[in-house]
Amino acid sequence: MRGILGGRVYDPANGIDGEVRDIWMRDGRIVPADEIDPEGAETFDATGLVVMPGGVDIHSHIVGAKVNVGRKLRPEDHRGSERKRKGGYWSGSGYTVPTTHLTGYLYAEMGYTTVMEAATAPLVARHTHEEFADLPVVDKGAFITMGNNHFLMRAIKEGRREEARDYVAWLLRATKGYAIKIVNPGGVENWKWGGNVEELDDEVIGFEVTPRQILETLGWINDELGLPHVPHIHGINLGRGRSGRTTVESIRALNGRRAHLCHLQFLSYKAGAGAMHLSDAVSVAEAVNTAPNLTVDVGQLVFGPATTMTSDGPLQHNLHNTMGGRWVNDDVESETGGGIVPVSYEPTNPINSVMWLTGLELFLLIDDPWRVYLTTDHPNAGVFVHYPQVIKLLMDSAYRAETFEGIHRRARKGALLPELKREYSLYDIAIVTRAGPARSLGLSRKGHLGPGADADVTVYEEKEDKEEMFARPRYVFKDGGLVVRDGELVAAPQGRTLHVAPSFDSAIEERIREHFREAYTVSFENYSVSEEELGRNETVPCDA
Amino acid sequence: MSTHEHVTCTFCGCLCDDISVEVEDGHIAAVKRVCANGRGVFAEHCSDARRPTVEGREVDLEEAIAEAARILDQADSPLIYGLSSSATEGQRKAVELADVLGAVVDTTSSVCHGPTGLALQEIGEPSCTLGEVRNRADLILFWGCNPSASHVRHFGRYSVTAKGTLTPRGRQDRTVYVVDVRPTGTSKTADHFLQLRVGSDYEVLSTLRLLVRGESVPAEEVGGVSVAELSELAERMKSCRFGVAFMGMGLTMSAGRNVNVAELFSLVAELNDHTRFSVIPMRGHGNVAGSDQVLTWLSGYPFAVSYARGYPQFGPGEFTAVDMLARGEADAALILASDPVAHFPRAAAERLAAIPTIVLDPCENLTAGVARVVFPTATYGVDAVGTAYRMDNVAIRLRAVVPTERPTDEQVLEGIIQALPERAAQLEAVT
Repeated sequence: MRGILGGRVYDPANGIDGEVRDIWMRDGRIVPADEIDPEGAETFDATGLVVMPGGVDIHSHIVGAKVNVGRKLRPEDHRGSERKRKGGYWSGSGYTVPTTHLTGYLYAEMGYTTVMEAATAPLVARHTHEEFADLPVVDKGAFITMGNNHFLMRAIKEGRREEARDYVAWLLRATKGYAIKIVNPGGVENWKWGGNVEELDDEVIGFEVTPRQILETLGWINDELGLPHVPHIHGINLGRGRSGRTTVESIRALNGRRAHLCHLQFLSYKAGAGAMHLSDAVSVAEAVNTAPNLTVDVGQLVFGPATTMTSDGPLQHNLHNTMGGRWVNDDVESETGGGIVPVSYEPTNPINSVMWLTGLELFLLIDDPWRVYLTTDHPNAGVFVHYPQVIKLLMDSAYRAETFEGIHRRARKGALLPELKREYSLYDIAIVTRAGPARSLGLSRKGHLGPGADADVTVYEEKEDKEEMFARPRYVFKDGGLVVRDGELVAAPQGRTLHVAPSFDSAIEERIREHFREAYTVSFENYSVSEEELGRNETVPCDA
Repeated sequence: MSTHEHVTCTFCGCLCDDISVEVEDGHIAAVKRVCANGRGVFAEHCSDARRPTVEGREVDLEEAIAEAARILDQADSPLIYGLSSSATEGQRKAVELADVLGAVVDTTSSVCHGPTGLALQEIGEPSCTLGEVRNRADLILFWGCNPSASHVRHFGRYSVTAKGTLTPRGRQDRTVYVVDVRPTGTSKTADHFLQLRVGSDYEVLSTLRLLVRGESVPAEEVGGVSVAELSELAERMKSCRFGVAFMGMGLTMSAGRNVNVAELFSLVAELNDHTRFSVIPMRGHGNVAGSDQVLTWLSGYPFAVSYARGYPQFGPGEFTAVDMLARGEADAALILASDPVAHFPRAAAERLAAIPTIVLDPCENLTAGVARVVFPTATYGVDAVGTAYRMDNVAIRLRAVVPTERPTDEQVLEGIIQALPERAAQLEAVT
């Protein structure tokens, strides 16, 4: 048994707001009060320190086909961002796209213990799991892209919803995935014809379905299957001046259904003069505030280098044409697509500046911290190692005002941000970085410190400079074991791969086989990732 | 007798996963659907319980592992090379061994599609999976490659004759171009064959870029091809529905190398302003794409990686195996699933014979003939399970159809890592 004694505990899921408590851990779990036995226990003095559950990242691109092409594409990203091999820890390299071990180490050193890989194409799920095996410390899971899937779109077109539902269940099991991911529904399929979608009622070429129908059906399926997370949605028009409007329309289209909208910053603009974008955070935040079953993450922009990588093929091509420079595209048969474009966000760029303040406005205008989560859509809007900087921007309005003064004047002109004086508390931060995302993910043992919770705990020294405070935890515990001391790794155990196994009518398999014969180049029999391939893993139960 | 279906053949980057293998008394009796190249993977596969050797003397596995660990531990500049015919399980351990040792690790990519990787770093790579070719491609271009000999089932499963959702008539629904310096089996199947003068790929690709941009070319012919023919190709590329260029070592290993490939990648990228166009490198060895993937997720770079400073550094020309060996910089070598003595320039091969070399391979090869320690290992995809990456980077599971008593590459490499003096204490500290 281990105890973390006398710390000020921020555990919003259990309503604990900075009260002094002892936390006891045994066998990887938080111990109930009546089972505490301090006899012979190892204890850590947390007097004067801040204790929170381990961080939970609901949306990050850390492994798999796209991330690895990003690594291969950017040798210049790695030089100068190396870590030497030390003791039994792997060496590594990479700033925006770090190698697998380095990614696990860096998350742990920042106090994060659970990270969700935000987009895996089903056909290449095996690759994601291979990299998971080399990503230490954190627990992780993969969201499976389905918004442009041929089998699904055909079933939707032909009104066979139950068949679509059974297919999704089969696909999540086959890929050992965690959640339904939707990326630019219909738009990626149209990109395979050189096009895109711009409105919710545009038609997907060859399928006579619309983005609206895809969203509705996958929302219904998610509830039917009782998946722990909700549909995780990257909407249409990402990065466009009309994105704020179509985001609001998408929220209406969801019609009160449970859903998560990811990296909302990228989808909350309105058109300004010329090619200028303006923040549409007011309208979007209002729509979010009045949709109680909706959660979002922000995808906050951080100035500096980034690597954009999404399954949104047409977006990436558009970005390539806007920026010039390198471009990777990857269309995946019958399923999805994707692309990569390296970027650098500069405060001297007016549009980058608007993107920066749009994210912060969303954070400050969405009332309920339980429904808005901290992400940078790593590595799209910024690198995850800068979460502490984002926390400082949220907690410290003077720092925010000072940074605002340094952005491009065209972005400052008429901006709402300076009027928003709200400051996040430590309790709010514990919600947006832990309790909230864990709840949205349906991970009942994550994001809190109640009895039975996973003993993933982070201990910080409170500092005036919140960036410093959150960048270097005093202690991080994973499954009850100490993994970080004074910001440095002291152990690197293997975390779990979290996946779901919804049930389905096996009659669907014959239809899927037929689809494989018609359209795939991999045998149906070789497609599924088996549990033996996963290593340490856990099936998170469905509620259906 | 038992029949194994959906077996994956590991001969080439096609990784055909529809092979049927009949096994009788633990031996392969018949193989169906396999091509002439792939037949040997099954028919000539070595699975007898052969023991490792040290200087030609048969020894126990433990002794061979101890000797390999001793050699590597004493080396100042060890080189780990090959990887492409192992599974990712073996490749991961090879990279870990390099990290632990501070060794250089390089793969057969450096003598085939290494320049393709450099072009990717410069331009990016608009690509797609092979199923998109099967289902959508109405224009296919083979440049400097000859799949009719090297990737025999490519046409039928993925490209020229494959029938897909938007290409129900297969060959009739596609236009096929071949660009090469001489007629080949592939060019015989093409609708159009453009025969280039040797060494003029770059000029021809540049000309195509100009023509696609609508600029005039003040010449009658470029690189031995008439500008009229190139204009026709440019127009077809711009107006097709979904075009795919396959490229091979005719581009990567002729004068210009990565510059040739970059020019093709630029051409393909620019075509996406007019229609959809992709490029897929014709990767040779069954899992050479996997060696790029594994090395990249572990080190950040696809080949030519040195861990000598304790962290990964990328240096084609500096940390590539041929160069390391020919300059005499490697003082010990571990060769995994590859036969460099058979394929490398003489100076590099001679160096391998002169330094203590360790070989892991299912079959006896020329490199094993000069090696100090030889581990006959299991064959992933025949008698060991594993994972390999197809030329379009789709990971495919490899099945085992017959038993073996041999250790896998992964097991031997893990054994060597554990046998290195400082290693055990380090591992204990971490977990």
